[in-house]
Amino acid sequence: MTGWMLDLPLTLGLFCAGAATLAARSLFGAVLGFISTGLIATIVWVRLEAPDVALTEAVIGAAATSVIILYVASRIGGGAAAPTPPHIALRVLAAILSALLAVLLALALLALPEQAPSLAGPVLEKIGPTGLGNPVTAVLMAHRAIDTLLESAVLVFAVFAIWSMAPDRRWGRAPGPAFVAEPHGPLTFLARVLPPIGIVIGIYIAWVGADAPGGKFQGGAVLAAMWVLPWIAGLIAPPSIRDMRLRLAIAAGPLVFLMVGLAGFAWAEGFLAYPPGYAKTLILVIETAMTLSVAVAMACMIAGPPERRPQP
Amino acid sequence: MSILVSLFAAACVLAGAFFFIAGTLGLLRFGDTLSRVHALTKADNLGLGLIVLGLLPLADSLADAFKLVLIWALVLLGGTTAAQLVASAVRRDQRPPE
Amino acid sequence: MAELLTGAAALIMLSALVGLARVLRGPTRADRLLAAQLLSTAGIGALLLLAAAGAPALIDVALVLALVGAFASVAFVMASRLIERR
Repeated sequence: MTGWMLDLPLTLGLFCAGAATLAARSLFGAVLGFISTGLIATIVWVRLEAPDVALTEAVIGAAATSVIILYVASRIGGGAAAPTPPHIALRVLAAILSALLAVLLALALLALPEQAPSLAGPVLEKIGPTGLGNPVTAVLMAHRAIDTLLESAVLVFAVFAIWSMAPDRRWGRAPGPAFVAEPHGPLTFLARVLPPIGIVIGIYIAWVGADAPGGKFQGGAVLAAMWVLPWIAGLIAPPSIRDMRLRLAIAAGPLVFLMVGLAGFAWAEGFLAYPPGYAKTLILVIETAMTLSVAVAMACMIAGPPERRPQP
Repeated sequence: MSILVSLFAAACVLAGAFFFIAGTLGLLRFGDTLSRVHALTKADNLGLGLIVLGLLPLADSLADAFKLVLIWALVLLGGTTAAQLVASAVRRDQRPPE
Repeated sequence: MAELLTGAAALIMLSALVGLARVLRGPTRADRLLAAQLLSTAGIGALLLLAAAGAPALIDVALVLALVGAFASVAFVMASRLIERR
């Protein structure tokens, strides 16, 4: 009963936040509508019993996407200007297609049998040998590890793609504008106090993913956010993109993952197979390297393409 | 004993929810942006503090209780800083162009 | 008890969603930012209540949300200052 008291306003709120994003008259208003939608979505994920996704939504939506979008908005030339709307026919067509998609999805969902087909049962049965307590992590790192390996490679490519947006003459510089630090301002205070706490929390979230909601991606994203904060406050300067340590950090995760996968030929049945009894150890090794890579890669993605001469 | 704990928790949680509602009312009804910043920050932090206070006796373990207090401290830290930043941005917007 | 906690969570989220009206009305960007801030704090409160009502793992979600809650405001101030300098 009280479940509905919570779910109904959430559903309506999600629609309203989306509508507010579309109806906003300034870019800033639209961005804030977008952030609000993300925050409501976090609670919705929780109500859909997907706390891992809720964690990701919380940290990416609030910390990563908002910073990226706002930085881009400031580069385009001001957030107070109204975005030029497309032609009315195009908007009507978009509305009709979106509504059609929503109706089709709803029909598909309603057509599912009472007990929707799911592999949750078999996954929980086979979770013993992995040594993990969180079925999501078990699927990501053991049953479908190949997907996770490919996704980790995508991270590296994403960083390449963002770096390649800079004109040739800026290659080798450091990303982002020069932020001016206010020695005693509130932002400087926050940037000094929050990161130590946040780093501990980030490592904790990455670590606890083995048995509870969490994992390398959420933990790594929190760590990246803890770098972004002092960067915006002007307390930290990003290194040049030529920096070998930077590149090594980004590549370390996928490389370790790949090596463990190849070693599977030697000590187990094949690619990405774990020898019995060592599954959890190997998974933790991979997750540690991946957390580092995710953190550095996300920080690079938020910082953007190279612009500035690096500090000596 | 347990009834007393439950009553205490319920009272704190409801008081906290009341303050949240008060904060939203302030956000919607106050006439000036700075007043809205003030109302929202104070009411929300107090509301969350009361909720945390009410949930502390219900916590499963010491670690969970510690997390509850940590969450409240983080919201306090983040919320006050955000309020300061927003207020300084409002001041900057209100300053007549030079 | 769990019903009461879930009900309180519903109350808090409802009040925050009503506060969303500020995002549309404005008039200044700071007002819209406040509505998002309200949503973030209310979300944390709701998550804590839901966690106590039966899902302890949600405390971690609330923890992360509390950690990054100020980022939207930080990003906004950053964007404003960058625009001014142009």
